[in-house]
Amino acid sequence: MRHLLTTENLAADTATAVLDTADELKRTLLGREVRKLPTLRGRTVITMFYENSTRTRVSFEIAGKWMSADVVNVSAGGSSVGKGESLRDTALTLSAAGADCVIVRHPASGAAHRLAGWLADTGTCVVNAGDGTHQHPTQALLDAATLRERLGGLAGRRVAIVGDVLHSRVARSNVYLLATLGAEVVLVAPPTLLPPGVEHWPVTVSHELDAELPAVDAVMMLRVQAERMHGGFFPSAREYSIAYGLGEARLRLLPEHAVVLHPGPMLRGMEISSVVADAPRAAITEQVRNGVHVRMAVLYHLLAGEGEQA
Amino acid sequence: MSEILIKGARRYGEGDPVDVLVADGVLAEIGSPAAPEGCEVLDAAGQVLLPGFVDLHTHLREPGREDTETVETGSAAAALGGYTAVFAMANTDPVADNAVIVEHVWRRGREIGLVDVHPVGAVTVGLRGERLAELGTMARSEAGVRMFSDDGHCVADPLIMRRALEYSTALGVVVAQHAEEPRLTVGAQAHEGARAARLGYSGWPASAEESIVARDCILARHAGARLHVCHVSTAGTVDVLSWAKDRGTRVSAEVTPHHLLLTDERLATYDPVNKVNPPLRAEDDAERLRQALADGVVDCVATDHAPHAPQDKDCEWAAARPGMLGLQTALSVVARTMVRTGLLDWRGVARVMSERPAEIAGLPDQGRPLAEGEPANLVLVDPDAEWTVRGPELASIAANTPYEGMRLPAVVTATLLRGRITAREGKIG
Amino acid sequence: MASRSRGAADPAAERELLSAGDVARTIARMAHQIIEKTALGAGPDAPPVLLGIPTRGTPLAARLGARISEFSGAAVPAGALDVTLYRDDLRRRPTRPLEETQMPEDGIDDRVVVLVDDVLYSGRTIRAALDALRDHGRPRAVQLAVLVDRGHRELPIRADYVGKNVPTSRTEDVSVLLAETDGRDAVLLRETGQERR
Repeated sequence: MRHLLTTENLAADTATAVLDTADELKRTLLGREVRKLPTLRGRTVITMFYENSTRTRVSFEIAGKWMSADVVNVSAGGSSVGKGESLRDTALTLSAAGADCVIVRHPASGAAHRLAGWLADTGTCVVNAGDGTHQHPTQALLDAATLRERLGGLAGRRVAIVGDVLHSRVARSNVYLLATLGAEVVLVAPPTLLPPGVEHWPVTVSHELDAELPAVDAVMMLRVQAERMHGGFFPSAREYSIAYGLGEARLRLLPEHAVVLHPGPMLRGMEISSVVADAPRAAITEQVRNGVHVRMAVLYHLLAGEGEQA
Repeated sequence: MSEILIKGARRYGEGDPVDVLVADGVLAEIGSPAAPEGCEVLDAAGQVLLPGFVDLHTHLREPGREDTETVETGSAAAALGGYTAVFAMANTDPVADNAVIVEHVWRRGREIGLVDVHPVGAVTVGLRGERLAELGTMARSEAGVRMFSDDGHCVADPLIMRRALEYSTALGVVVAQHAEEPRLTVGAQAHEGARAARLGYSGWPASAEESIVARDCILARHAGARLHVCHVSTAGTVDVLSWAKDRGTRVSAEVTPHHLLLTDERLATYDPVNKVNPPLRAEDDAERLRQALADGVVDCVATDHAPHAPQDKDCEWAAARPGMLGLQTALSVVARTMVRTGLLDWRGVARVMSERPAEIAGLPDQGRPLAEGEPANLVLVDPDAEWTVRGPELASIAANTPYEGMRLPAVVTATLLRGRITAREGKIG
Repeated sequence: MASRSRGAADPAAERELLSAGDVARTIARMAHQIIEKTALGAGPDAPPVLLGIPTRGTPLAARLGARISEFSGAAVPAGALDVTLYRDDLRRRPTRPLEETQMPEDGIDDRVVVLVDDVLYSGRTIRAALDALRDHGRPRAVQLAVLVDRGHRELPIRADYVGKNVPTSRTEDVSVLLAETDGRDAVLLRETGQERR
């Protein structure tokens, strides 16, 4: 792996290798006094966040530190980024300053791809930590790790992704990774929140959550962003919550073994009720925990080997 | 004025090769004229002689963004591309919404003298879509503005558009609309379709163009006005135009070379050199546009030549400016998409790149027949040659061509403006 | 370190150092040595912990453990210690998959840990294993058992139990085959023509 930009072209064996590494890292770190591995000593990892996301940034930072990499955080507010320096110049500067890996979160779809292009002649690798409404591959990997753990595997499993698919990079990342790993995906959303051309995605589509729940092994609730509520995508928060929110009554429609996921941050009472979020079948804190191991695994696969020629 | 003998060219690529003597800015003699002493001879064996091209849609960026293009460099690009007249869009800084600016652009064009530069006037003050610019003053100015457009912005308010169309009828000018319903394209980055959705671009729906074109056709018909639709990009717009023309609406339309050739397949690169407004559409749109151009539903080709600085393209997609260079590649893209495919012959190329645009803009001395006594606004094309596009080698200051590295057919070997050579073998003058 | 390559070698250039029977006898002998040296059953100390270094150290440790239990009657825990994350040569090779680490339930604090590997070569794997062990606990002592010592040490490391000493050149490759991983037991020596590191 030279970069991690999208799950769409991630080969099944590469994805599985990353997930296996994450599992092994989790096992090897379990119950240890010293949660630090020397593997990435002397490697420099820079996180570059043009959007606020404490949870993702911290997860990457911990992952890097547990692998003994030097982690430097650049935030758009506290650097020349805020002074209007171009993304390209920032990337080249960080690479020249010795970054072995740049982890980027950016509001523009494709920003990580552009970055990888500009850094093609350097040794610096790029991890997409979320680009616009495009992809957030480590989120999909940590979701897959969580589902593998809870369900014992993904092949043949059925996963419902519910909510604002149109604007969700989490949904896009999961759709392709889950399909690659052999799971079936059903997208459940009102027509206004489904992307055009969704019929070409490896998914089925439904507008009726209640009809889908009894047949799924997992349900992934997407966050409803405040600006969508006022964008006319649905009439009201109340109506959305009634049709697509996961409350206790709906929880009972799920099979006994089914898992509830949410990429966070949650809007309790909107897409997910508080009781459901805290229910034993919700794997939401496990997702966060697995996020660190998955990101360690990603850094391991990108930085520990001799480096492939992409 | 010096005389020029064009030897062995085929007019419109038809019939036997003829010799054409150009003297005093007109086609003096066609057939086998004797070469007067001291006359320049252009060996045009195997080449096609066409009337000089007319581009209804060019951005010359002067005044305001002379770091990307000037009237001078843009004129050079036009001459090298086979153009003898170009229409310079109004979205300069300051905006060409008054007689002072349009006369400046017109005068600069005259001084440089490589191509007739006709400024397009803004429809509304500052392109803001709120109140009409002084269309009459601009029309009656020295620049003699014939076309008005807020290009880059849509005149979205139906009342303003109605008034503009009505007012234009007294001036004998045409209103050219950039058809984009802004409420449907808030934040839009790329053609709304399966590709954009997969790649996370927010969509620019076809309906945003089609709904405005339909509305404007209805408004133009009621006003008895002439409407020109800029850069038609969707199959649905072709349907609307077809319907409007069938019922006698005075509407004309242009298509850009890039919408004939390129599609949203390019989105996968995230390279903003492919970012343009309206966006590159799907394959079936491009196919329909090629057919519509052949059928005449879409009248002509216009480049929407839009130079941009490197820093405005070498960035993330959402931050990039829309637009691409077009003047020097238009003929080759038309040759590839229309001629090589059998959709148009060279007479058809003359129609869509010269005659119809000259008619739409009301230019009396452009797009004329290749007959004795007609003005010598000419282009010679080697139809069998091929060339490789290299952005930095183009005459524009900017280099944002989406055809970088592509091998394209048909080469302009010479351009003549009123009997004077403006470009020859890839060089000016 | 041992080369793990198991490519289809030219049989003419391949020599069997140990047969399946030799491997079994060697493991039995090493089991006796471990019992003796750790004074197993002679005192109040907990029995040693065998930690195999994947890939082939893991089944070797399990076999040694079984032998030791058989000969001494004491239950000897056998686990696995993957040292990949501690290697100093990661950047010289394509990314390696991680292998299983399996620590005994009681941990390794104050126990004698016997590291088990198939081939001892440069000593770098063992160096990585010592670092890894440190992050898992604090053993009373650490010993090393290898089936083959082929020489060419690059670090001051020495095995406590050696199945067979084999003088080799750097261009030779020593392959340990085990039924658990390779379908049969054998130790092979092969000329590769290039230096193995």
